[in-house]
Amino acid sequence: MLRRDLTLAWRRRGDIAMPVLYALIVTTLFPFALGPENALLQRIAGGAVLVTMLLAILLALDAMFRSDIEDGSIEQLMLSPQPLALMLGMKILAHWITTALPLIVIAPLLAGMLHLPAPVMPVLVYALLLATPLLSLLGAVLVALTAGTRRSGMLLALMLLPLCVPVVIFAAGAVAAAQQGLPWLAPIAWLGAALAMALVLAPLACAAALRIALDA
Amino acid sequence: MTPFSWEHFLAMGGYAAYVWPAFAVFFLVLAADYVSPNLRRRRNLRELRTRMARQTARQQRNPSSP
Amino acid sequence: MANWIPLWVHKLSSPPNFYRFAGVVRPWALALALLLGAIALYGGLVLAPADYQQGDAYRIIFIHVPCAWMGLFIYGLMAVAAFISLVWRIKLAEVVAMESAPIGAAFTFITLVTGSLWGKPMWGTWWTWDARLTSELVLLFLYLGVIGLYHSFEDRRQGARAAAFLAIIGIINVPIVHFSVNWWNTLHQGSTVRILGPSKISGDMLWPLLTMMVATKFYYIASLFGRVRADLLAMESGKDWVRQIAQQEGQS
Repeated sequence: MLRRDLTLAWRRRGDIAMPVLYALIVTTLFPFALGPENALLQRIAGGAVLVTMLLAILLALDAMFRSDIEDGSIEQLMLSPQPLALMLGMKILAHWITTALPLIVIAPLLAGMLHLPAPVMPVLVYALLLATPLLSLLGAVLVALTAGTRRSGMLLALMLLPLCVPVVIFAAGAVAAAQQGLPWLAPIAWLGAALAMALVLAPLACAAALRIALDA
Repeated sequence: MTPFSWEHFLAMGGYAAYVWPAFAVFFLVLAADYVSPNLRRRRNLRELRTRMARQTARQQRNPSSP
Repeated sequence: MANWIPLWVHKLSSPPNFYRFAGVVRPWALALALLLGAIALYGGLVLAPADYQQGDAYRIIFIHVPCAWMGLFIYGLMAVAAFISLVWRIKLAEVVAMESAPIGAAFTFITLVTGSLWGKPMWGTWWTWDARLTSELVLLFLYLGVIGLYHSFEDRRQGARAAAFLAIIGIINVPIVHFSVNWWNTLHQGSTVRILGPSKISGDMLWPLLTMMVATKFYYIASLFGRVRADLLAMESGKDWVRQIAQQEGQS
């Protein structure tokens, strides 16, 4: 299952590059909008990179189940003997690998463009490693809910915003704390705890949501 | 206690510009919220009546079909 | 055994019966809401003395705080109705949940607007990223998400079930948001303003506040029942009892 999704994604490499390109463009715009002073950019770097990542993931989220719903393979999944939640978990993992992982790889580059100090870089990567799967999992539940509707782009953003507020707060909090030389382990630990919970609950919720949305 | 006067009351101790709009928002939003289902209900019923009228008209023209 | 209660509930939850019941209750609820609201406003605007720190501006409290309470209360009630509708698939519960959302959104909106009208003279700013304000804003977004999801489905019942699921996710989210925003705020050490901080609220101010709270509860009942009635008619528009009502109102 995981392999199938990954090969499918590999055949459409252009789609993988899209969020990365998007993040790159948004990050380039920040200095133009705010002015090129190093001190200012340094202050906002962590938050700017995080928000950019969030938007890039949101952009790709819509496509998570789209093709499977269109060609009907999601219905086959629902009828298959394996538990639906497990299969959906695999799909979410594949989606995370194809969209979020490339973003995390270029995150240090983007942060470097905004002059984020080097010692903070590992913290940013840790925060992203925990925050992006969390966003993918939460987003997957919402995508499943909108599966039965035709237009969902803006609606998805509206529904995701309240759910991602805590994620952004803790991820940005960790980076900000590291930048000020404060201990940053606590917010990271909170993110980890939330991720562990979401790993268990989100695929189940996703399966339930999909059943509701497709009325099966 | 000072005797009641309208001017004093409306001035709200100098905060009239903030107090009265707040109350206006409160009443306007709730009034709109209360009226909207009434309008929706009336519209739905009117549509239903025209649909029913069409149905009976069709039945009178050719009584064989349902 | 006292099994007349479930029997009564069962009878009441059938659409035509509830339609009639709501039609009877609604004007009384509205009358009570208006009466209590008028008493509360008289008590709050005229009888209660001005606050020694905030002057007369504090009088916004008499609508601001009841609306904030209602915003949360309605969200909780909506989530309970959503849960019932998902588990037992009762049509009435779906309708109650979905029609509560716009009322709750209206109250939350009023809370935000009156709060910012109160904040301007007191704190010198329309908006601050205070924990309570932020949570309230997130609550409004949750309401809008539920309403949006409900309307994006073509099939109403399916939309109601999906939106009910979202409402339940949301109610888990509300305490998490509140906690995280609190944490965030202590990190930033920004605003330390507290809305009810300085003045120990006195009896003269308390009773209009509580009366207003009861009034908004009755208002909610009146508004909800009106909405549920309209919705039931729309959902059951093919049924006989709806046709009868349509004909009766057409004649008068």
